[in-house]
Amino acid sequence: MSIFWTIWITVITLIVIIGCAVLLHATSKNNTGVEEGKPMPHSFDGIQELNNPLPKWWTGLFWFTIVIGLLYSFAFPSYTANWNGLLNWTSSEQSVMSLEESQALAETSHSQYQREMNAAEEKYGAVFKQLAYDENGVYKDLTLIAKDPEAVKVGQRLFLQNCAQCHASDARGSKGFPNLTDNDWLYGGEAQNIKESIMHGRQGAMLAWKEILGEQGVKEVATYVLKLSGRRVNAVEAKAGEERFVMCAACHGADGKGSHALGAPNLTDKIWLYGGSRKAVEDSIRNGRNGVMPPWADVLGEDKVHLIAAFVYSLSQEK
Amino acid sequence: MKHEFIEKNVGLLAIFIIIAISFGGLAQITPLLFQKETNEPVDTLRPYTALEMEGRDIYIREGCSVCHSQMIRPFRAETERYGHYSVAGEGVWEHPFLWGSKRTGPDLARVGQRYSDAWHELHLLNPRDVVPQSNMPGFPWLAENRLTGEDTARKLEIFKNNFGVPYTDQDISGAKAAVAGKTEMQALIAYLQSLGHAFR
Repeated sequence: MSIFWTIWITVITLIVIIGCAVLLHATSKNNTGVEEGKPMPHSFDGIQELNNPLPKWWTGLFWFTIVIGLLYSFAFPSYTANWNGLLNWTSSEQSVMSLEESQALAETSHSQYQREMNAAEEKYGAVFKQLAYDENGVYKDLTLIAKDPEAVKVGQRLFLQNCAQCHASDARGSKGFPNLTDNDWLYGGEAQNIKESIMHGRQGAMLAWKEILGEQGVKEVATYVLKLSGRRVNAVEAKAGEERFVMCAACHGADGKGSHALGAPNLTDKIWLYGGSRKAVEDSIRNGRNGVMPPWADVLGEDKVHLIAAFVYSLSQEK
Repeated sequence: MKHEFIEKNVGLLAIFIIIAISFGGLAQITPLLFQKETNEPVDTLRPYTALEMEGRDIYIREGCSVCHSQMIRPFRAETERYGHYSVAGEGVWEHPFLWGSKRTGPDLARVGQRYSDAWHELHLLNPRDVVPQSNMPGFPWLAENRLTGEDTARKLEIFKNNFGVPYTDQDISGAKAAVAGKTEMQALIAYLQSLGHAFR
């Protein structure tokens, strides 16, 4: 900020504060030539004004605010952007140009925000650390944490705050959002797979096949897929669909059991992410599906993700 | 000048009051108009794409900013939930700004990429399908209305010429094609997914 604006702010601020003092001083005097408490030489509709002084408590408060205003303006950042006042106070780092710069400054910043964050990290961060790490300072095995009721409870609370919007508060999901309590996993149900899914997110990509297969082809493949999960279907149509299924096998496998590496669902069970009706299956084939799990590493930090992963893992272990 | 004279001339009194009040604005607001932090975009800020720009206008049209703020204050209670606090350099290309002043719903300054596109679509059609206790209205018509893209290029031009947003000639010439035929739902979701990208 240039010197011009510093002078601009200083001059206006001081004019206002000093102006208030001068005005208050001038109006506190009796300049009317009428003795205090006596009637003024005018009346309106027969109503007379007495020459009463300003109340003492009121002028006292006014003087108090003037003094406080002056002290305040020097105690906190005011007259120039490069000066944090006598208390060296700042709310937050507002001049950062990127997230990296902000994170680098967090080490040394004395801003009110950073002090609040540091205090919270000391108090609450320690709780998460104690539950997530062993005595050597490495992450406890998720399968062990899943047996610690205290840690699972904390994981559940974090889940309810951050994950329930999609996976529902009982973790059973809904159409398009996987049920986490069954033993069917798109990306693998090992504890480490679950943590990986939460940390870095997942990007499902089922192509739209309507252009390639045509309407008849979509129907046939749907019939075959329904047959895979044990439904009674038209055998001729299923046979035609099986021939076309070669293209689907790239992700779903020749046996239709899917692939955890690709996030391709198992088509031979009775669990359907987007519904198992003929219409829903046809829709999936026709228009494709793009399930997205957002990444949470940057939002929550790994300690919390570790506890959430343990909670999610525990859900399918109880069965 | 006699005190009585000012008291008996309402027009003059009004002028003096305006001068007295303007001192606060002169000291607090005018310097900000010339300050680096409020005029320079942060390093990672990118302009809205054509589709996001149309989505932003739908956000304004539907009055989203009446219930949703886009301003995360530097308090832990806010940053724990919403992410890094907002800085002035993120908002230099916002005309008009959509900071809002009331949170009936949550702050949206960094809602981008927090949910999937599919979630947003379900939520905008009927919020209670995914958040049972929500009191947000549904916006089903967004899925039906389609954009023509007639004014999109003009909008980008205005932001380029008047507000210094660095749109290229290709951005502007391709604006209509990028938008035409898309639903308002797609545009609004694209805008929501872009929010907060600079500090993510």
